[in-house]
Amino acid sequence: MSVAKPLPHDTAPLHVTGQARYIDDQPVPADTLHLAFGLSKIARGTITSVNLAAVRTAPGVVAVMTAEDLPFENDVSPSIHDEPLLSDGTIHYLGQPIFVVIATSHLAARKAAQLGNIAYTEETPILTVDEAMEADSRFEGGPVIWEKGDAKAAIARAPRTLTGKLEMGGQEHFYLEGQAALVLPAENGDVVVLSSTQHPTEIQHKVADAIGKPMHAVRVEMRRMGGGFGGKESQGNALAVACAVAAIRTGKPCKMRYDRDDDMIITGKRHDARVEYTVGFDDTGRILGIDYLHLVRCGWAMDLSLPVADRAMLHADNAYLLPACRIESHRLKTNTQSATAYRGFGGPQGMIGMERVMDHIAHELDLDPVEVRRRNYYPSADTQALDRTTPYGQEVEDFILHEMTDALLDRSDYAARKEAVAEWNAKNRFVKKGLAFSPVKFGISFTLTHLNQAGALVHVYQDGAVQLNHGGTEMGQGLNQKVAQVAASRFGIGMEHVRTSATDTGKVPNTSATAASSGSDLNGMAVKAACDTIRDRMADFLAERHQADPSSVTFTDGKVEVGGGSYSFAEAAALCYQGRVSLSSTGFYKTPKIEWDRVKGQGRPFYYFAYGASVTEVAVDVLTGENRILRTDILHDAGRSLNPALDIGQVEGGYVQGAGWLTTEELVWDQKGMLRTHAPSTYKIPACSDRPDVFNVALWDGENREDTIYKSKAVGEPPFMLGISAFLALSDAVAACGEDYPSLDAPATAERIWHAVQRVSDGV
Amino acid sequence: MEIAFLLNGEPVTVTDAAPTTTLLDWLRETRGLKGTKEGCNEGDCGACTVMVTDGAGRKALNACILFLPQLQGKAVRTVEGLSGPGGEMHPVQEALVTHHGSQCGFCTPGIAVSMAVAHTDGDSATDDRLAGNLCRCTGYAPIIRAAEAAADVPVPEWMDDGAAIGTVRGDHAPYRPESSDALAAAYLAQPDAVLVAGATDVGLWVTKQLRSLDQVIFLDGCADLKEIGETDTEIRFGAMVDMNRVRAAVSTHYPSYAEMIRRYGSYQVRGAATIGGNVANGSPIGDNPPPLIALGATVHLRKGDEKRSLPIEDFFIDYGKQDRSPGEFVEAITVPLGAEGLKVYKLSKRFDQDISAVCGAFNVSVECGKVTAARIAFGGMAGTPKRASTCEATLIGADWTEEGIAPAVAALAEDFTPLSDMRASSAYRLGAAQSMLVRAWAEDTGAETSVLGIAS
Repeated sequence: MSVAKPLPHDTAPLHVTGQARYIDDQPVPADTLHLAFGLSKIARGTITSVNLAAVRTAPGVVAVMTAEDLPFENDVSPSIHDEPLLSDGTIHYLGQPIFVVIATSHLAARKAAQLGNIAYTEETPILTVDEAMEADSRFEGGPVIWEKGDAKAAIARAPRTLTGKLEMGGQEHFYLEGQAALVLPAENGDVVVLSSTQHPTEIQHKVADAIGKPMHAVRVEMRRMGGGFGGKESQGNALAVACAVAAIRTGKPCKMRYDRDDDMIITGKRHDARVEYTVGFDDTGRILGIDYLHLVRCGWAMDLSLPVADRAMLHADNAYLLPACRIESHRLKTNTQSATAYRGFGGPQGMIGMERVMDHIAHELDLDPVEVRRRNYYPSADTQALDRTTPYGQEVEDFILHEMTDALLDRSDYAARKEAVAEWNAKNRFVKKGLAFSPVKFGISFTLTHLNQAGALVHVYQDGAVQLNHGGTEMGQGLNQKVAQVAASRFGIGMEHVRTSATDTGKVPNTSATAASSGSDLNGMAVKAACDTIRDRMADFLAERHQADPSSVTFTDGKVEVGGGSYSFAEAAALCYQGRVSLSSTGFYKTPKIEWDRVKGQGRPFYYFAYGASVTEVAVDVLTGENRILRTDILHDAGRSLNPALDIGQVEGGYVQGAGWLTTEELVWDQKGMLRTHAPSTYKIPACSDRPDVFNVALWDGENREDTIYKSKAVGEPPFMLGISAFLALSDAVAACGEDYPSLDAPATAERIWHAVQRVSDGV
Repeated sequence: MEIAFLLNGEPVTVTDAAPTTTLLDWLRETRGLKGTKEGCNEGDCGACTVMVTDGAGRKALNACILFLPQLQGKAVRTVEGLSGPGGEMHPVQEALVTHHGSQCGFCTPGIAVSMAVAHTDGDSATDDRLAGNLCRCTGYAPIIRAAEAAADVPVPEWMDDGAAIGTVRGDHAPYRPESSDALAAAYLAQPDAVLVAGATDVGLWVTKQLRSLDQVIFLDGCADLKEIGETDTEIRFGAMVDMNRVRAAVSTHYPSYAEMIRRYGSYQVRGAATIGGNVANGSPIGDNPPPLIALGATVHLRKGDEKRSLPIEDFFIDYGKQDRSPGEFVEAITVPLGAEGLKVYKLSKRFDQDISAVCGAFNVSVECGKVTAARIAFGGMAGTPKRASTCEATLIGADWTEEGIAPAVAALAEDFTPLSDMRASSAYRLGAAQSMLVRAWAEDTGAETSVLGIAS
């Protein structure tokens, strides 16, 4: 059976030879035009005049459009229609598109886009969460508050209390392939859209609105993305819509790709946030009550900020049973890029707040931080417990971190290394080491319940070849391969017989974004349903032919066995075709058991939880704050993995990306609201040597308790948060410099670590 | 103009391209070779990495900031040219598949080319070879496993472009002189021309600032500017010596300087960037000037037939202003030998391929526990690379002890008032500069002072 085999990515041979095509690699008609946006130079204000004469006469320019030239909807928002494609006169952030140039080449469009002469009435921008709180600049009427028990009373009664806060930065996705779209005008005013998007249906929807047509007039195709990470869930809308409108207007194919600097200046990033906490606990470190304040910087438009901020609240407990908890979340509107989906979708922001609290309590009580964590864990899945309820009312029924923690501490040799680190630190003055453990419990399902559905379309051709179509999108995670493994397993055939088509809204409609780690769970099940429908039809037909019971027909090892007869799968397909059996089927899946009331903050938003744990050791140069990860050990729960090699790839890559968020990746805006770190020269994602020197990653040997596809678990986002252990290890190293708690903020750049060392030690 | 080179083994001649056409745009838009990707268009991500071979050997270079005239007479191999004539994969490609080294696949062509160049060189320092190839998906671990797996597989014979290079013929374009004499004459005639050495900075004028450079002179053809001369007392670097060669040349004399260069740009950037370009550019955050100033290096300038030399610290007059007149160019830099114990420290947000927040160089002589001489210079602390004069004066005669150097550490605050920007705050820059002097002392005590190279 193909499932569970560690097969390479299905298009790896194309990747390594340069043959894999991305949007900008597609052969295009010779008359294709190219687009570029002219961007706002201020962060907040009103446009008083727009002079585009120089733009229009620049070499290669075919047309220039402003908001007034848009024939229908001027909106690219995925949520509440608050995101004009081109400014309607109000400027919300520095980098907002004001006009679009249509030119004969990418370079000509970029050059012309610099020549706009825009005059503004400037207002003081609201840039920080403090400024937004002061101005009451927010989404929704006020904060969202969820409660379990009476947290304030529990804290008041607790023997000990601590307060603290953690500032954390945002994160640029830095998908290696920038945003891109290509629109080909078709007959009847229809369009075909090629978009680098995680959400083809959303592209279809926004393009249809922008060209004033029903959704059937727009077909969106998506072969692959050069990385997504959430950054292509909604941020590709603007390019596809601009190209569609331009293609209709000019009658020519239109392509747009952002230059890297434009991409970073225009598009949204991970939400930066502040978490403040007051926690009451006992002398053993057991939390009795906790009160959280989340200040989430959402940027100028709503985008996906509400569910992102919700998910931060939903992970404010991480792996710990909180007897009483209050979470107050403010979704703040600022004159910056509209923060958007990014791997973890708020989960990391909520979770690191909880892990900070654990770390702080352990420091206060001088206890091993792992021990404090264990004492606060949810009860094991198989034990009786009075309370296993999250702050939002869901019972944690599948908790396995007690066992995973034991196993990881053992295989990482945690206890001995902790002693070795202490010895090192006693002997070394200028380089301190730190060691930290952190667990992950991540809820799997879209919190917007209706999104938890998926469709598939499977064809078996008369030669036995299988073509798969599903609503998920391939962004490098290996979704197509995992789903193909499911199909090959259902039909009992080799992988070479299965080909996955590009994602296509004309084949599978009404898809959800490939997001929330849901790709394999949802699409795998939908494909399974489609395959099983076809398989049952084949079995019925062949059983009748052989006077056998359909349930006795088997599909294994490329053979279909029925009533003593044996056919190759291709022969069986040919027979069925000749017998006029439909060899094509759709499949559909919706996640069971979930229901969620986000206003009350009560229900079962998640079908299940995915778990993981990591131990990271770091070294810190206390003179300058420079630091490195020396070793990382990870144990991650992918259930019964569909493909252990691809899943380990997600874990390794997720960890490094998570560690990057918390260490070197720093977004800096100036006083005017200009993002100063808008290229890889100034925004530093991890490079090759930043990965841990020793990097041991293993999958937990278990299976999903819920009835997911082959008992596997979602794996896209959860490992990202394993990177929190790197941040905690840095804090541990700084703590070795003095008595005080470091209260390190993120990202823990060398500079922040240096400042923390100064605070803790008053100089070296 | 006529530029001739080998592309994946086949001779090509380009006659109708602007001299500032980048190889990347030409490959993708004119040749339809779409395997080489644009990730950042500024030489920082490596998705556009190609292999370029000339008589001196092979390099991995960023095609996005490589202008066509820089390829005259050379051989270019793109990802499409890594595979054999029958489509058989290169060993590194094979290993990348087997070891799951690609996820989204967009960085992969550049990674494969960098790996293939390292594989051909037999260089197993993969972290250094891939420092300029960003991957956002894999966390690099499987790429390293692939590099290790491919290391012992023989280099495919189709990778050898050496023999065929001699067959390349092109004209001698007026903007591409082939000696320093010809350059001197050409620049005197066109003093407003932009001199292009490695194009690691000028490339961005074109790709990011979208400037049209009307007059350009490419220095790549000036073979005599690529010479390194070494005597018992000094090394003379022609201005066009690239930074990978500078690193090799100083590695035995000044290991700390060489270690700093290991982190300077990336392998691709160092293969293009030149010591002359780095100095002539005059950037306050260039990484060569601090060690060159600390060593008392000399810069040799030429204008027409007139030549002059001056201490390199005098070359940097003010922010954006160097002691160089129109038509005058940096011909060479002479570095004295014998400064034992030179220490160079580069501080940046990321260790590899990052621009320095502060770069400090310490040439301190200690006899019988007392400082007898000190030349200390910093980048990133002022509008120019600059000596720490007050610190030096305070240090000379002091005990080379923690207490002894304390006044000199404090004196750095009198030498510098650094600015705050996205790389570092003023306070941190000053604090880190002070820490570097402490580190220079602490290193001499045998204490562990670097997080690089220590193990778990």
